[in-house]
Amino acid sequence: MAERIADAAVTTRGGRVRTVLFALLIPFAIVLVWEGVKFLGGDPWRIQNVLGLGVSFEHRPPLRIGMASDLSLPHVWEVLGSFFEPVQRRSDVSLGQFLVGAALYTWREAALGFLVGALLGLTLASIFIHSRLLERAFVPYVIASQTVPIVALAPMIVFAFGQGVLSVVIIATYLTFFPVTIAGIRGLTSPDPRALELMRSYAASRWAVFWKLRLPASLPYLFTALKISATASIVGAIIGEGPGGIPEGLGRAIINFNQQYISGPEKLWATILVSAVLGILFFSVVRAVELFVLRGRALAAG
Amino acid sequence: MTDGGGSAGETRAVGDPVVSIRGVHKVFQVADGRTRALESIDVDIQRGEFVSLIGPSGCGKSTLLRLIGDLTAPTAGIVTVNGKPARKARLDRDYGMVFQAPVLFDWRTVEGNVRLPLDIMGVRGRERDRRAREMLELVELHDFARHYPRQLSGGMQQRVAIARALAFEPKILLMDEPFGALDEMTRERMNSELLRIWERTKTTIVFVTHSIPEAVFLSSRVIVMSARPGRITNVIDVDLGRPRNEETREQERYFQLVTAVRESLRGRVDGETPVASPDRTMAEGTIG
Ligand SMILES: Nc1ncnc2c1ncn2[C@@H]1O[C@H](COP(=O)(O)OP(=O)(O)OP(=O)(O)O)[C@@H](O)[C@H]1O
Ligand SMILES: [Mg+2]
Repeated sequence: MAERIADAAVTTRGGRVRTVLFALLIPFAIVLVWEGVKFLGGDPWRIQNVLGLGVSFEHRPPLRIGMASDLSLPHVWEVLGSFFEPVQRRSDVSLGQFLVGAALYTWREAALGFLVGALLGLTLASIFIHSRLLERAFVPYVIASQTVPIVALAPMIVFAFGQGVLSVVIIATYLTFFPVTIAGIRGLTSPDPRALELMRSYAASRWAVFWKLRLPASLPYLFTALKISATASIVGAIIGEGPGGIPEGLGRAIINFNQQYISGPEKLWATILVSAVLGILFFSVVRAVELFVLRGRALAAG
Repeated sequence: MTDGGGSAGETRAVGDPVVSIRGVHKVFQVADGRTRALESIDVDIQRGEFVSLIGPSGCGKSTLLRLIGDLTAPTAGIVTVNGKPARKARLDRDYGMVFQAPVLFDWRTVEGNVRLPLDIMGVRGRERDRRAREMLELVELHDFARHYPRQLSGGMQQRVAIARALAFEPKILLMDEPFGALDEMTRERMNSELLRIWERTKTTIVFVTHSIPEAVFLSSRVIVMSARPGRITNVIDVDLGRPRNEETREQERYFQLVTAVRESLRGRVDGETPVASPDRTMAEGTIG
């Protein structure tokens, strides 16, 4: 037994090293393809004064691929370099600082929407599993709500609730509650019927059955939904910031840098990169909470 | 609560049954008609008895157990537990239930699982911890208190389920093939353990099994049932001495009783014809 546990530990450690290597390999491969395409078909480029030796290096790609032009696809180093440049001319804030600030701002809105959406989803699911009537009556509308495109709905929400953080949070909530509701219904009804009979034999109240059996049994399902919701809430917040009139977040930054694309495409790319990293980080936080909460159970994947 | 029966228990005469089943019928409505799961069942079970229910698959053993535990209601007839309707007894938390599968909560540790009924019944703090630990010692799993169910073998998990059922000191223990999934060796060891626990706790046990040796070894009475419709065909008093141990399994009388139960199961009860009629069996299409 001890041997098997030790074995498992070794494989997980080996597996973890492999996972990290693999995770680093993918961005490396993306950069390689990216710059490879530009090397073959991008705009000519030169580095003046290589390493301060007074020599300059120039590359003229053999092909011309429109998609690989510096405007469509700026160099990786220009995107990365732009983080250290001023966000606007003569500003003493770098783009990197600005984007981190904007990401934190957007994340706060998203996290709020995520929390409210998760609670709303769980509450709806709890009501639906206790009342077939309400489930039949309302679940179709819950589903229908998700077929309305959020870009159409966002301005209406802003119109109803006014410009400001509240509207943005509502939009994030709107994208968040749905997966939690559906997974919640599934998870809260997942207990073994015999487990429910066991509770019945204890004359346990509905309340006790909910807290001691249904909710814990639903957690693996809920966390799957929460991981979807984590990224969805960030998308919701970014989309909502436009009509919501929030200047501080990533949404406004994306709109602005879109308008200034011709003069600095790398800024938009940098903003997209930061948005993606934000999504991954929020996802990872939820995943970490999941691992902690579900410790001891058979490990849930992903 | 400390000395079992409470006021009702003391005023009743000795020999008043803990479980009394009178004229019980149970019919299930199914898509293609009705299943007569139980018919004309009359049983009395005395305090401290160990009663086994044995019979072919589908004869209604589980249904009878579930009727006693008010997990299902009879179509006709009356089930009385501790002098009150089965439902009242369930709400008074008079019985503990052990299923064929352990049905442990995989997010609770072994100790957490044993505490479950205590948590629900509002037993708190040190009293709760003491009882949980005592029960784990009873089933000899105190070294595994902090393990999770998936880290235990099937037999150990079933012992946790027994400890959980005993934790709130129920007056009746209802066990539905609790050792059905275990190998022969483990099963015999569990049988001895269960008897040890029964002798110490003095609970009344109703025990469903498919195994004739198990029924004879454990019980003070074996109730033999037949299928379609489910009926009681014979009740056999097991007059083996106690405590029972490995030597019991080698006694002449033990073998005689095993044979008696086996013959009852085949329907060869003296002066009685087999109850299951062949046409019914054919019509329902399942093999008992
Ligand atoms: N919920 C139900 N709905 C319909 N029919 C049922 C239901 N429960 C049991 N039955 C029927 O009642 C009969 C008795 O079932 P029961 O489970 O009590 O048998 P059993 O003696 O416990 O069998 P086994 O030894 O296989 O567990 C069977 O014919 C079964 O099909
Ligand atoms: Mg059964």
